[in-house]
Parts: sequence; C-alpha cells; structure tokens
Amino acid sequence: MEPHPTASGPAALVLAPAPGPARLVVIVLRGGMDGLTAVAPYGDPDFAALARAGRPGHDGYTDLDGYFALHPGLAPLLPLWQAGDLAVVHAVATPYRDQRSHFDGQDILEFGQTGLPSGTARSGWLNRVLEHIPGAHPGLACAVGTDRLPILSGGAEVHRWSPDIRLSAGDRLQSLCLQATAPDARMTAALRSAFATQAADTDPDRTAEDRVAAYVAARLNEDARIAAFAIDGWDTHSFQDRNFTRAMDRLTASIATLSTTLTAQSWARTTIVAMTEFGRTVRLNGTGGTDHGTAGAMLIAGGAIAGGRVFANWPGLSESDLYDRRDLFPTRDLRAYLGWILRNQFGLPASTVDTAIFPGLELGSDPGLI
Amino acid sequence: MTFDPTLAETRFGYGLAPGLAPPRSIDAMLEGLTAEDAMAARFPVEPFPRFFTRIGARRQLKRQMQTADPAQAATIKRQIKDINQSARRDYAAWLGAHILRRTHSPTAFRERLECFWANHFTAMGKSVPIKYGAPPYVESALRPYLSARFPQMLTAAVTHPLMLHYLDQKKSVGPQSHMGRTAQKGLNENLAREVLELHTLGADGPYTQDDVGQLAELLTGLSSEPDEGVIFRADQAQPGPKRILGRTYAPGMTDIRRALTNIALHPATARHISTKLAGYFLSDTPPDDLIGAMEAAFLTSDGALSEVYRAMLSHPAAWAGNAQKVRSPFDFVASACRSLAVGADAVTRLSEADIEDLFARPLEQMGQDWLRPAGPDGFTHTAEAWITPQAIAARLAWAMTAPQRLTADLPDPRTVAAGQLDDAALQAAAEAESRAQGIAVLFVSSSFQRV
Repeated sequence: MEPHPTASGPAALVLAPAPGPARLVVIVLRGGMDGLTAVAPYGDPDFAALARAGRPGHDGYTDLDGYFALHPGLAPLLPLWQAGDLAVVHAVATPYRDQRSHFDGQDILEFGQTGLPSGTARSGWLNRVLEHIPGAHPGLACAVGTDRLPILSGGAEVHRWSPDIRLSAGDRLQSLCLQATAPDARMTAALRSAFATQAADTDPDRTAEDRVAAYVAARLNEDARIAAFAIDGWDTHSFQDRNFTRAMDRLTASIATLSTTLTAQSWARTTIVAMTEFGRTVRLNGTGGTDHGTAGAMLIAGGAIAGGRVFANWPGLSESDLYDRRDLFPTRDLRAYLGWILRNQFGLPASTVDTAIFPGLELGSDPGLI
Repeated sequence: MTFDPTLAETRFGYGLAPGLAPPRSIDAMLEGLTAEDAMAARFPVEPFPRFFTRIGARRQLKRQMQTADPAQAATIKRQIKDINQSARRDYAAWLGAHILRRTHSPTAFRERLECFWANHFTAMGKSVPIKYGAPPYVESALRPYLSARFPQMLTAAVTHPLMLHYLDQKKSVGPQSHMGRTAQKGLNENLAREVLELHTLGADGPYTQDDVGQLAELLTGLSSEPDEGVIFRADQAQPGPKRILGRTYAPGMTDIRRALTNIALHPATARHISTKLAGYFLSDTPPDDLIGAMEAAFLTSDGALSEVYRAMLSHPAAWAGNAQKVRSPFDFVASACRSLAVGADAVTRLSEADIEDLFARPLEQMGQDWLRPAGPDGFTHTAEAWITPQAIAARLAWAMTAPQRLTADLPDPRTVAAGQLDDAALQAAAEAESRAQGIAVLFVSSSFQRV
C-alpha cells in the first residue's frame, strides 16, 4: 500500500486526511457468468467428457498456463495477461447456496453478507467501504449506468451518472432551465452538475459500454477512487456459444476502454474486479446452454495486480468432485479475494474487512493477488 | 389555510387537467375513493387470479415437457415462450394504463393513494413470468382497499401469492411440522420480519426478535397455488401456540388473520402509517401535530383509512402555501401527460418497445424503475432521493422528447399547467425558442416538480 499524502514543510500542518491513489472498479456481471466457458480448465482429465469448448487452438481458445484456456471473447485482453495486468480467480462463490435465484444471489453478492439482509438493513459492501476511507467525499465513488447498483447503495453518498441519458441541451435551453428552477437550490445544483457532465461527454458514436467505461475512467483520472457498473446478459440457458460471446465482448470492451482511457499513473494503481452472483452447471443442458450453478470465476485486471496467473485450488470435474453432483465446487469464498484487495489497495484492517464490510467472512491467507 | 381546489389536484393528485373539474371539497375528494372505479374499467389491468393462471399453464407445460418427444418438446417450448412474452407485453400495456388513469381521472387522489400503498406493500416476482405480476397484484390486493380499514389491506397484501413468493414465505417450513421433520427444511423469517419492520410497527417499533420468530412460526403453512390462490398447508405449519406482542395464537388461517388484525391496529402501526402518509403527501419532515391528528383518527376509527386521510386533509398543513414535496418520477411523468391532455389512443396504440422508450426506461433513469424498487422497503420519497444530477438530467431529457411523441400538436406552453406555475417558470418558458423547448422548461421548473 502506498501511504496517504501527508503534510510537508516547516509548519508541519495537520491536513485533513485525503484518499490515497489506489483505485477500485467493480463490474457486476448479472445473470450468472459461466466460469468454465470464460476460462476453460482443459487440463482437467474430466473436461473432455463434458463436450465443452475450451481446448487451446479450437474454437478460438488461447492457452494460459498449460491447464486453463481463455475464451476468444477475452483475446483482446491477452496483452494485459502477458503484462501481468490480468488474472483469473476460479472455483469461488459467495456464501449463497442451493437456491440459485439471480435475485437473491445478486443481493448476497452486493450486500456482502452471508445471508439475505432484510428491510432497511440493506447496504452494499462497496458503500460500507467508503466509511473506512479517510477523507471520503461525495465524488469519491461513482455508480455509473442506469443499473441501480445496490453494491454502492447505503449511508455514504455516491455520485450517480448514466451516460446513456442523451441530454443535449444547448446553452440557451440550459439557462432557461436554470431560470425556471431558480427558486429551488437543490434542483438548480443538480441541473448545473448534469450540464457540466453533459459537456464532458460529447462523442455520440460510442457504444453504451464504451461510454460507461470511458466515463468511469475519466472520473478515476480525477478525484474518484471507487466505481461500479453492471453488465447483464450472462444467463445463458440456451445457445451459450452465441449469447456468452455477446456478453463477453461487452465486458472485454469495457476493460479495454478502462485500460486505454486511464492515465498510466492511474492504471498502475487500479484494480478492476468483474464478479457474478454464481457460476453455472458443469454439464451442458439440452439447449446448448447451462443452468444456474454454484462456483464460478472472477476476472481481475489493472496495473495494481500481480496477474498473469489463474488463482485456484482446483476442485476437479468428476461427478463426485462437483457440488450437488452438478456444479463446480466452491473452494473459497470470493469475498476473501475482495477482502484482500481492500486490505492491500486501501489499507483496511482485517478486523474491519471481516466485520463491517463482509460480516462472517473467514479472510484467510493473502492469495498474493496484489 | 383551508381547502383549495388547485392544491387538491396538484398536491394530492396529478395537477389540473384541461376539461376535468377539480374536487370542490375534502368530502368530494374522499367520496372519489369509493365512487365507481371508472378509470379501472376504461384502462383495465388484469386481476391477479387471472394472471396467476398463466403461471399454472406454464407449470403444466413444464410438466408435459418431461415426457415429451423432441417434436412435442419444440411445440411446448414455443408455448412457454409465448406465455413469457405475452406477460412481458401486457406488463408494458399495464404501465400505459396506469399513466392513462392518472391522465384522465376525475378522482386523482385515488391514484396517488394507489401509488403510496403499492410502494408501502412492495412485492415483485423473482423469475419470469411472475415478475410481470406486480400490476395485477396492485389491482387485486391493494386498489380495492384504498379506503378500507387498514387490517383488511394488510391482510390482503401479506397473504397475497405475490407477497408469499417475494418474501420467501412459501419456502418457510415449521421445524416440527410434518414437512420439517421429514424434509429437514426450516423457518424463513423474511415475511414475518418485514410485516413488523416495514408494513406495520416500523423499524423502531416495540417488538423483539422473539416476536419476529413467533410470527414466522405462525405464518408457516401460508402458501399458494395458481388454480386455488392462497392456501394453508397444515403439514408445513409449526404446531403449538405462538405468542406475539403479548397475545397467543394457534396455527391456522383464522389466527393468522387475527394476528395480522391485531398488529394492524397496534398504536405503533397507527403512528408509523400516519408518519409515512404525511411524509409522502406533505413534507419530508411532517409536523408532529399533523401526525398526531392522523394517528388519533386511526386509533379511534379502528384503522379506517378514509378517516386517516380526512384527518390529514383537515389539517392546515395540507393547504399551506409552500410546496414541500418533490414529485416522484412516476408522478412527474403522469402529471406531465395530464397537463398535456395526452389522449387514450396516443398511449394504447404504442408498441411494447415504444412504452419501454417513452416510459419504462426514462423512469428507470429518473430513479424509479416502475413497481421494482431495490428492496421490500420501497422507494424513498424524498427530495434528496429524487433530485440527483442523473435523475434531473433524465427528467429534462424526457421533457424535451416525450411530449412531442405523445401529442399530435404540442400545445402553446403558455396554456400548459396554467395556474400551477410560478413566475420563474412562466417567464423562462415564454423566452424559449420553440414550443418543445418551452414545454421542457415548464416541466423541469421547480414549481412543476414541487407540489
């Protein structure tokens, strides 16, 4: 961890604490990403019998380490892998078990609890992180896109913006709107902020993902340190080849845009986590797809990580190795990886991580991801 | 401060509408709640029991699938897909119907109350196609009880199939019940907790974890079937007496209803409901004496909601000059449609994609995904929650584009929402360089957005 900037000079003034340079982006993959398609364990002796795509040199897969191969949709990120800026965490899951509902699975992923919190007690774990960052300010974290991102909802104020709201108000309309809302300070301030953001977002030809990722990168280059957005389309019950690739292209484009739009200094301090509510069944179903499962994979990128590795305590694919004889067996709580990212990126004490952020988490040993 | 017809429409409805006379008195507003439901007849939403048969039909098809040959399986799959798609299409149409009711209603207070209660008793489906069942739930479980006694509405909502599904009640098994002993399943406290925390006593209410646990045990057995509606499964119910808030109950539907009635009439419920209603209509920080008056009306009338509304409307704060509430995104859109006198055809002819484009997605961007808040606590109806840069940008983007698509000829901005706007709004609109721009300025003005 890099120390926070401190006061210097003869007066030795005590400055208000300021957030450090570390940055964290969380991408919530809604629908249950199939980890075995994203990063195929072709080296597992039971893999071939599953009749899944994934052998290097076939169907566009690229070998990573002699055991795992990368989906062709992720191929544009291979330079990041080679530079140590892309990693895979495999066979992990949230504490959610057996019910396999997107709705509840995503709540557990985003609230960071072992069970479903109820009523007014629901807050996102990334929002709780903000309470533990010195000098946090309302622009420190941004939730981007129309997704409501429960992961960032809670007591701490966050900046929300959706670049796909096509606001193209000219100068004249802007001033009339400000005139018409003049009696209301809150509305006027919100409008001013909206107009300022509109001015910074001028390229109409970009795709939605690109706009979201570019906006996130621009904010992180300035005073934001934490951002979240969501990519859906992972619920591949049928025609997985086609549907998975479509979703993966969007994820890849987002990570690529982040890597090219962040400045070199920002990128060097950035960790990007792409995580999902659960993995999918190991065997394909009758419609060329997979159904809701248990363990899956997380993709980690950024200049802050020690990547170029697949982090896994591989559980195996034979029927007796599987969870419920159908799903990849979870070998570690994915929150442990998130917890170590928070420890190493933001210096959060272990006692904060396993109580305030992820209650009930067994943090365990440092996987060495950062 | 006393009754004012314009405020009756803006603060307690969706604004003045061309061609619709505002209510003449508080009595007229309350009579509107029990008048024949002309809006429901004109812009129908499917009742839940009929919607539920779609789930039954789908389940039947899934069952047939297990023994079907490949050719039959293909047909069945298509039929299942049709059920899902038509539910999605109808959901869009119901959103259109909800907008039109508010555009054309002569008793708009009723529609505002429906929004309040739909949010208070948030319930939604967690899978396809039941996720499209929320409008039928509101139509069948809440709309008939808007001016009933609160225990009736609470019972209708809490024992509704959609609520049982949403808050996991169907999965909750009494550990000592037949099913609990044989299938090793257990209690799920979700619904019991939300009943006490959100629906009745309130998060700071006088109940303990024991009350939650005991109510959860009492609610075991409550379940539903598409053909039968709500049912009680005795083999799932935890045997033995339960003690909740100092009273004792026996397993079964009769005592579930009795417990809900008692909880509904608890003084803490009276306070919680009164505070929430006053906060919804009048102020993010409603005055104590207003809440006290509503609470007293609740308690002396055994929870007659019309008396609680009367107490609110009879209080001077209801007619105070300063507008303190920001219209929710849905109310904003509906009020704009009402002041533009958007015709029924202009909405009923829209395709599913158009509804998505004109209403569903913009509402989501404004921060109110229609009938789908993030959790059972519903949307927070405060200026702080609604007025953010993103949300106000979405409101302005909608005001710049949607009115042109919803009206054949844009009206003169000087005639829109006449009598409801301040000078700042009127002057800015008068300086606009086009009708479309003038209307956008009017709708985004603080005097249109605050009521």
